[in-house]
Amino acid sequence: MMTTTSTIPFDIERIRADFPILDQEINGRKLVYFDNAATTQKPIPVIEALMNYYRGYNANIHRGIHTLAEKATADFEASRRAVRDFLNAPSAEEIIFTSGTTMSINLVAQTYGRHFLKEGDEIIISGLEHHSNIVPWQMLAGEKGLTIRAIPVLENGELDLYTFEGMLSERTKIVAVNHASNSLGTVNPVKEIIAKAHAAGAVVLIDGAQASSHLDIDVQDLDADFYALSAHKIYGPTGLGVLYGKRALLEAMPPYMGGGEMIKEVTFEKTTYNDLPYKFEAGTPNIADVVALKAAIDYITSIGKPNIAAYEHQLLQYATEQIGQMDGIRLIGQAKEKISVLSFVLEGVHHQDIGIILDQQGIAVRTGHHCTQPVMDRFCILGTTRASFAMYNTMEEIDKLVAGLQRVKKLMA
Amino acid sequence: MTINETQDEIIEEFELFDDWEGKYEYIIDLGKKLTPLDEQYKTEDHIIKGCQSRVWLHAALQGDRVIFTADSDAIIVKGLISMLVRVYSGHTPDEIVNSDLYFMEKVGLQQHLAQTRSNGLASMVKQMKTYGLAFSALQKG
Repeated sequence: MMTTTSTIPFDIERIRADFPILDQEINGRKLVYFDNAATTQKPIPVIEALMNYYRGYNANIHRGIHTLAEKATADFEASRRAVRDFLNAPSAEEIIFTSGTTMSINLVAQTYGRHFLKEGDEIIISGLEHHSNIVPWQMLAGEKGLTIRAIPVLENGELDLYTFEGMLSERTKIVAVNHASNSLGTVNPVKEIIAKAHAAGAVVLIDGAQASSHLDIDVQDLDADFYALSAHKIYGPTGLGVLYGKRALLEAMPPYMGGGEMIKEVTFEKTTYNDLPYKFEAGTPNIADVVALKAAIDYITSIGKPNIAAYEHQLLQYATEQIGQMDGIRLIGQAKEKISVLSFVLEGVHHQDIGIILDQQGIAVRTGHHCTQPVMDRFCILGTTRASFAMYNTMEEIDKLVAGLQRVKKLMA
Repeated sequence: MTINETQDEIIEEFELFDDWEGKYEYIIDLGKKLTPLDEQYKTEDHIIKGCQSRVWLHAALQGDRVIFTADSDAIIVKGLISMLVRVYSGHTPDEIVNSDLYFMEKVGLQQHLAQTRSNGLASMVKQMKTYGLAFSALQKG
């Protein structure tokens, strides 16, 4: 029997056909969408799940006893179980729906952080964090007199773990780092970071916004205390996120917001709170988007995360070679392990000019500081041009980017 | 030349280009030719912050006319600025305040004034008008 090992069974044409948005022209050119780290496009099953929900069984969940409410509730909770499987969480009760990674992090800062941290305690973040994993901790630190310290970033875009070890002490109460960097693509060794933080007695929050569409996530294997992600970055709807938390921690934490759904009993004297996960889901949740998130997860699973990761790795390698060898290009972030994010600067050309000229050619990239100003400061730059790839991108599209950049150079010369 | 005459002149110049490349080549060229703003004015007081690029704007009253000088660290924005300076600079405060900016839309560059561009250009137009208002009040004061 013949075996093939070099090629991956990956039907790119079929996948592209599942994403209707890709089939359009921008400024007279076929769209090349390389802004996937900002948000991914949605496959037909996700769009249909949203439509089917609103057309067929929109109802408020958990309380209604009529048929539509029961169906909506069943699908809502089925999605929670799909997220549990996606993250390999021990139980569905540890999966809390939020509005996005930002809210997930704020929830932990304002409940766990506010309740358990006291003056003089320390929070360790990293120099690779998105502003959404910096500012919530700063707000808490300002309120409670905490100190925030940041793990330094090495020249290749990796975290300086040697320094991190020295930063840990009995004062360290929370370590909050991303699984992968949105601006450089660096995959951080979070399992190792978690183990070291735990040894020092700290709890760890992992910002998984960027990693979740690319890497297999196993919160039990990582031993993460909290893991946050956004649905829209894993081919799901916008305005929806997830917070995984270990049961013991979630149970010890006070609620975040008060309202309906999160209560057991309310009198004017006293309210008892509902069980997990509802304690943290006050008010009518984002039912339609939760339902559609399951379609996104099922879609990813049907193609297979390892297949997606392997294909995206090929895209990244090809882009790194092709763009890296261009005159005047400086790649920012060359960590050994990366998700499919390529950040670069072109000598003498402002990143905004690059973005405008590429857009004229139908190529969507992101330019600027990517909400990671400390990363830009670290590399003494104002911003980068970032191309980030998803499962539906192709090598031909990378060729178009290279040609587009040649055009930028010609125009700016 | 009135503000509108200058705008019409720019619209006429852009009619020469039949593709985006020619248009942008021209804007980039304008950007390169714009007299750089005196370094002493590149301060926090004169900066119009955008998320992407920085824009500096300086205004002074010479006689009864407002003279604008401006700069940016991005070349396309600089080219666009150069056109705005050409339209507004050398006019009286009242002329600036009462003017209607239409050439950007006519030449298909309206998207650069959109919110998402975050390049400070829309803020710059607003700031130019604000200077007009302030100088107008000063003259009447």
